[in-house]
Amino acid sequence: MLRKFELNSLLKIALKLLVNDKGKFFTLIIGIMFAVFLIMQMTSTFSGIMQRTAADIFNVGAKIWVMDPSVTSARDMVPLPNYILNAVRSMSGVKFAVPIYNGSGIVKLKSGKYQAAEVIGLDDATLFGRPNVIKGNINAIYNNDAFIVVKNADYEKLDSPAIGTTFEINDHRGVIVAIAKTAMSGLFGMPTLYTTYTRATKMLPTTRFTISYILAIPKDEAAIASIKKQVQKLNYVALTEQEFVNMNTKYYLLKTGMGTNILIMTLISFIVGLSVAGQTFYTFVLENLDKFGALKAIGAKRSDLIKMIMFQSAVVGFLGYGFGVLLSSIMIAMAKLRLANYASVVTAGNLSFSFFMVLLIIAFSSYIGIRKVLKIEPFDIFRG
Amino acid sequence: MILQAKNLVKWFGTENNKTYAVRDVSFEVNYGEMLYIIGPSGSGKTTLLSIISGILRPNAGVVITKGKELWQLSDATLTNFRLYSIGFVFQDFHLFPKLTAQENVAIPLILQRKEWDECMQRAQKSLAIVGLKGKEDLQPYKLSIGEQQRVAIARAIIAEPDLLIFDEPTASLDGTTGKKIISFVRENILNDKRAIVLVTHDNRIYNDATRILKMEDGKMTGEISKDTENITDEN
Repeated sequence: MLRKFELNSLLKIALKLLVNDKGKFFTLIIGIMFAVFLIMQMTSTFSGIMQRTAADIFNVGAKIWVMDPSVTSARDMVPLPNYILNAVRSMSGVKFAVPIYNGSGIVKLKSGKYQAAEVIGLDDATLFGRPNVIKGNINAIYNNDAFIVVKNADYEKLDSPAIGTTFEINDHRGVIVAIAKTAMSGLFGMPTLYTTYTRATKMLPTTRFTISYILAIPKDEAAIASIKKQVQKLNYVALTEQEFVNMNTKYYLLKTGMGTNILIMTLISFIVGLSVAGQTFYTFVLENLDKFGALKAIGAKRSDLIKMIMFQSAVVGFLGYGFGVLLSSIMIAMAKLRLANYASVVTAGNLSFSFFMVLLIIAFSSYIGIRKVLKIEPFDIFRG
Repeated sequence: MILQAKNLVKWFGTENNKTYAVRDVSFEVNYGEMLYIIGPSGSGKTTLLSIISGILRPNAGVVITKGKELWQLSDATLTNFRLYSIGFVFQDFHLFPKLTAQENVAIPLILQRKEWDECMQRAQKSLAIVGLKGKEDLQPYKLSIGEQQRVAIARAIIAEPDLLIFDEPTASLDGTTGKKIISFVRENILNDKRAIVLVTHDNRIYNDATRILKMEDGKMTGEISKDTENITDEN
């Protein structure tokens, strides 16, 4: 079985040619590794930021979000009239539907310091979208002036309140009744407080309509399409969780300049890798050009030479990719240990994207090498 | 007879502006023969060598090697023919500097898709034939020029070809080393199942030739005696 994995002699000699030229071998790997590292950093940061911007969507975990058609991102709330909530509740295929309030208030801490906080008002009856309480009891949310604080990176901004800590929010008294965790922290560095929908709309200034989103739970997956159609008839929009996340990503990618910046940085990283790898590989081929010519004279087929060069560039490409991914993962992990708010996440998408970029670098490097080698005539070797 | 060249013509340039490198050249090479082609620079020796070794297509004429009309073969067959039947020793050796002597020697077998271990074993034997036993793991830059030449010879003979092509084999060597190597080739590499065609203008090695053909201005001016006094370096 093991013999199957042995390189054939041609690839083995190609590998030796590459590896024995240590200077170029390491330059090639480092060049590609650095490019992958930068690409990974850029795209992982972008993914992290995107995840954070969609934190509220992930944390609530509703299957269907009903919203105004003019909503473009998770932070872009257009209050909905109550009759829409009633209409959604009466739609066929809807198991139940609840309102959710999402807003912000100014918290005055005991120290006298002011701190902006995100306030999420959960449906009083169901508490749908509740956070995972780690200290205290979720039912305490029904107590007077009760708030649940989320213990995340921004928790300290509220002076790390314990259960029973009182504070002022928009000139109303608030008291922490429980401490909770959510799947994800938001991007904008605001601490998060949960309370009931009724209390949130009473304490925080609102417009005439107070529902930020309607969260609908379908009877089954098959009902989703029909619910979307029924909502559309009311001139509103119903999106699944993933559709809402995608819309949110699209907004930040295309409408905020963030996408362009990340794209430019990624492109620069790619060009750096391409230049270093391409140039080094070209020099490597150039230095051995007469030898490749001699191989042609001896009887090497074009396909042999193509195989050798492609194999060599693939080896440095994959090694560079592996080390680049490793380096960026270590850097991200270390940064996360030190900076709780560090928004960067390695996803399958990032890995695939940077792998694709490496394939382009490999293809380009091979191409310029192969082009040069195929052009040389064995007769040129005789002519010196 | 291993090789027969008939009426070879090769010109470079355009149809209207032809520069002839080889003009109507015919000759034969027999088994067991070490044939020298001599002549001044630009006389067409290297072009002729390229044509008879299946590297450069002539404009006219025929090359029959081991009974096969070389230039009637397809490109792939011709490449294969070179790989299995012809051994090359280039003027500048063209050894890969980052490979060991053994790995350099093994290249023709590697191109023949032989197993790595077999390639290495035969390379070791080949190096032993040229007197480089114990230097298998050295890279070319750690070897003297003469030893590098021997590595190139070992590479040329490893696949046991019938025809060996030497292009100015002593050009990079000093007189003594050059003579030694060519004598060594004559005594140890040449045999009655093999022929060597050698292009040179180094008259110090003429004594080892079986036959010497002289070229001038692309034409074969005839066979000359290896003891001819008037053959000088310019030739």
